[in-house]
Amino acid sequence: MIEIENVRKSFGPLEVLKGINLTVSKGEVLTVIGGSGSGKSTLLTCINGLEPIDSGRIKVDGTEVHAKGTNLNKLREKIGIVFQQWNAFPHLTVQENVMLAQVKVLKRSKAEAAAEAEKQLKHVGLGDKLSVYPGRLSGGQQQRMAIARALAMSPNYMLFDEVTSALDPQLVGEVLDTLRMLASEGMTMICVTHEMKFAREVSDRVAFFHKGVMAEIAPPEELFGAPKDPELQKFLAATH
Amino acid sequence: MFNTGLTSNDLWLLAQGAGMTLLVTAIAVSLGTILGIIFGVLRYQLGPWWALPLTFVLDVFRSIPLLIQLILANAFVNMILVPTLKIGKVSGFTVACGVLAMYTAAYCSEIVRGGIEAVPANLRRASRSLGMSWGQDMWNIVMPLATRVALPSWIGLALGVMKDSALVYIVQVPELLKNTQILITRLQEPLLLLMICGLFYFLISFPIARFGGYLEKRWSND
Ligand SMILES: Nc1ncnc2c1ncn2[C@@H]1O[C@H](COP(=O)(O)OP(=O)(O)O)[C@@H](O)[C@H]1O
Ligand SMILES: [Mg+2]
Repeated sequence: MIEIENVRKSFGPLEVLKGINLTVSKGEVLTVIGGSGSGKSTLLTCINGLEPIDSGRIKVDGTEVHAKGTNLNKLREKIGIVFQQWNAFPHLTVQENVMLAQVKVLKRSKAEAAAEAEKQLKHVGLGDKLSVYPGRLSGGQQQRMAIARALAMSPNYMLFDEVTSALDPQLVGEVLDTLRMLASEGMTMICVTHEMKFAREVSDRVAFFHKGVMAEIAPPEELFGAPKDPELQKFLAATH
Repeated sequence: MFNTGLTSNDLWLLAQGAGMTLLVTAIAVSLGTILGIIFGVLRYQLGPWWALPLTFVLDVFRSIPLLIQLILANAFVNMILVPTLKIGKVSGFTVACGVLAMYTAAYCSEIVRGGIEAVPANLRRASRSLGMSWGQDMWNIVMPLATRVALPSWIGLALGVMKDSALVYIVQVPELLKNTQILITRLQEPLLLLMICGLFYFLISFPIARFGGYLEKRWSND
């Protein structure tokens, strides 16, 4: 379970998260929508401790992320995150990309890690690209590789930050299909996305962020069917 | 013209000089590179402001001509350090290696810092969010990628240090150019001797340059 209590966060004078309260339970798929600059990415990077927070607290499976004694490296094993920019390590093959953290962080043997990498890469449809360098992959393939790399750590949670936003339109579908597959397998996920159709289909709940505030959160039928917040109404009108 | 008094003993003297040049260079470049990596990482980690004292010291080594550094270091070590610490005389060879190593480290730290800065921040964020520690990220992601960026400059540095090592004659180290000059004075055959000397330098540099080219080519595949 991810528990976010009254989290505030500023970059200099700019308050980016203005008291966020949110709980994501096991097996839930939460999508987060909202205009650019509304604090969605910041929230994700706070959840895995890449960014400090100013006040409030975030607990992941009962562990307080920003508490002093928390072992962040240990915590991050449980939380997979995939970003908008492609993040393949260019000097390693696709399989080595997926193996590295397994060997270094989880201390798996090379053979175990290689087998797990192969399994996860097959799972996302990259079974034929094991020994290719990432430079040869399309954007959609790079993103699926990043997903496999995170999954290979056997995380309890997956966070996705606009993973299709940097892709050519014809490559978006294959990545969304991968996310749908994960959702159907019961993975607990937070997906920041601009793909409204996708959000409507896969989400248990959808949260709308506006200027650092979570202005509305509801199941998709409700949030898209009968939006209450005026800003959300404007936002949905603009994206249709 | 080439009918000279050049004996095999003289050629041996040149070869010994070449060996000395190679030895001084190898020691200075290895030591200087290790120090340069440490200083470069430190400078990157500390940021421009906190690294200022270190940067200043390294800039001193970069901006004072090597010849002056050698003479001053030699004087400092033997006139001040040796009497105060009550140690035996420090050889010119040691002084030469030390000064050249610091000179290499000063340039190398700049190259290393640039290489680290060239590694995209999002890759480092990705490795950290996979649970890798600062050290694991540094060793497995940053260093390999920075090395690819830094290698051409580093090869240039190593070759430069090899040629600059000719200056260590000033602290009585019998390196290649010094031995060549001894023979020139004796045999009065400057052109021939300088050609042989140049050939030795070429034989030392060429493999290093080619090895660098080979690595660059191999890495460009991925
Ligand atoms: N590292 C940072 N330093 C300063 N400002 C930042 C930083 N990261 C994000 N911001 C600012 O915080 C605000 C929220 O950013 P972000 O969380 O990325 O929004 P979103 O993902 O919803 O588009 C933006 O105005 C952005 O410019
Ligand atoms: Mg964002």
